[in-house]
Amino acid sequence: MNKKVINIVHLYARDMNIYGDMGNVLVIKRRLEKYGFTPLITEYNPGDNFPSEIDIVIGGGGQDSGQSKIQDDLIKIGPKLKKLAQNGVPMLMICGLYQLFGKFFKTSSGEIIKGIGLLDIETYGKSERLIGNIITNSREFGDIIGYENHSGQTYLNSPVEPLGSVILGAGNNTDDGSEGARYKNVIGTYLHGSLLPKNYKIADFLIEKAVLNRYGTFEKIAIDDSIADKARQNAKKRPR
Amino acid sequence: MSKQLVTIIGKAVKTVARLRGGGSALPGLVVEHIDPNFISKTLSHLPMGVVVISGTNGKTTTTKMVVELLESQGLKVFTNRTGSNFTRGVAAALLGEIDIRGNLHADIAVLELDEAHAVHFVDKIAPRYSLILNVMRDQLDRFGEVDKTASLLQHIALSTTKTVVLNREDTLIAKISDNLSKKEVRFFGLNQSLRSLFPNDDEFHSTKPTTKSKIKADVVLTSFSNNLATYEFDNKSITTKLKINGIYNVFNSAAALTLVRAILKDKIDYDKLIGTLSKIKPAFGRGESLDVYGQPLELILVKNPSGFRLGLKSFQTDEHAVMIAINDNYADGRDMSWLWDVDFSSLKTIKVSQVSGTRAYDMALRLQYDDVETDFIDTNLKKSLNNFLNVNIHVPKRIYCTYTAMLTIRKSLAKITNVKRIIK
Repeated sequence: MNKKVINIVHLYARDMNIYGDMGNVLVIKRRLEKYGFTPLITEYNPGDNFPSEIDIVIGGGGQDSGQSKIQDDLIKIGPKLKKLAQNGVPMLMICGLYQLFGKFFKTSSGEIIKGIGLLDIETYGKSERLIGNIITNSREFGDIIGYENHSGQTYLNSPVEPLGSVILGAGNNTDDGSEGARYKNVIGTYLHGSLLPKNYKIADFLIEKAVLNRYGTFEKIAIDDSIADKARQNAKKRPR
Repeated sequence: MSKQLVTIIGKAVKTVARLRGGGSALPGLVVEHIDPNFISKTLSHLPMGVVVISGTNGKTTTTKMVVELLESQGLKVFTNRTGSNFTRGVAAALLGEIDIRGNLHADIAVLELDEAHAVHFVDKIAPRYSLILNVMRDQLDRFGEVDKTASLLQHIALSTTKTVVLNREDTLIAKISDNLSKKEVRFFGLNQSLRSLFPNDDEFHSTKPTTKSKIKADVVLTSFSNNLATYEFDNKSITTKLKINGIYNVFNSAAALTLVRAILKDKIDYDKLIGTLSKIKPAFGRGESLDVYGQPLELILVKNPSGFRLGLKSFQTDEHAVMIAINDNYADGRDMSWLWDVDFSSLKTIKVSQVSGTRAYDMALRLQYDDVETDFIDTNLKKSLNNFLNVNIHVPKRIYCTYTAMLTIRKSLAKITNVKRIIK
């Protein structure tokens, strides 16, 4: 193989992929190809050998049964993921795995589900489900447009920063108008729907960090994103 | 209020609603309001009871098949054929069928019910038979999660007094039988060689190979190609031509056969049964074919990843011009993430003529990432449809569309071709 390889790990592809999370993996893959790299995707499921070469980690949302299947395994590989994050490996965690990358999830019945504490965030299960189109704004990525569907409400502690501030919708919780989390090169968010196709700047951020980590330089080639831009404009006009 | 009076008021509202060009839900709503027990009182007298059919994909066509198969055996069947699969839709359908005294002259009722509404319905009227087709990630923004939907379906099974028919190949559905030890349970299934065509929800989202089920099925679909389907039951093999298309419809025909066998037991004339099966046409929007300027136009309803994926697999040929219309109104589901769970690469060789609907650009973006070319993108559905018809005037056409997009398209097509009136 003459092209440069970038290793993508799709975390718990089988049990945590409920809301079109495949779309996020696909966007990373296709854009890497356009930038001249060879993406190698590894689906990691509970009990698998943890891959030794990792450049990007992507994880999605799951329903309760999916979360209970992966929980023990996630705690087991937690230290490895933390070390990768400390070393600047870019990661994108959506919804369910965003919550479990935090310290804990306290269900509405008071049960504590332990997270790996990679992000200093805590989540509380509520009876209200926060559902609908959402638009947030970030200084780094501009408007971030997507769809949220969660009943857990998340609160951030420093040094974790929000990914964006909510313009339309709910976001992390019903109190502070923040959405998602940023720490090192790790991004957590409630936006599925899928996030990366319409928010390709985030995809390019993850790609650039991964390439810089492995190869030291990254030359960006122009990609025609005019349809994505139209989809963004159009989605902004849709009701909640 | 007397049954007769409720009937008269209901029928009057129905007539007025029809004159005003309205849908069928209003009269049902009125009747439900003035007599909440209207449906249960009317249906409780049926000699062979009530059948409920539910699941994510294929309810309407399966219900149509069951009704026509039972009719082939000489039964008088009541059904909610308007496709209004809510309780008030059932009430409205009843109003059209009962006599002025409020009596329904039928042997059996076969009802298609939406998962969420079925739960309330079965609490009022326990069905004698139920058929649970499948559970897929459909409109998650409305029901929450797939496990929740499965538990709704289990509730229907638990409320059934006689026989429950379940899909052996759908893990979540087959599992329902664990809790039905006191009831008769029958399964419909697939030959192992067809399994890959019908991924269940888990298989759909993973590359894990399928394992063979140990449960014995009453009717097994063993092969399907070129509109010829082969079923196995009673240790015999029967092959027949089918008019229904779409492999999911064909699998559900095995479900319909299992249910009819459970209801009629040994009192079946199989020549008539299979003869009728071969002539059944798909229900509205489930692969129906219309004639537009002398060329066929197929409308294929897509509402979730599994349905879309199977639709692409079932209807693929190279000579068709293709249009896709994706709306995100409430009835369609607002969440567009499901488009990313569908593999569109099979459209690469033919490209898509038109992409339309309120979410045309989301759809176009999805196609772009699968390297599928698109000629025109326009959120204006009527304009896009006209363009599609004009540009492709001499070739067969196919439109994949969400529910509300289909309603708009049918309305526009009704001006130029004979489209059967559907009542919403």
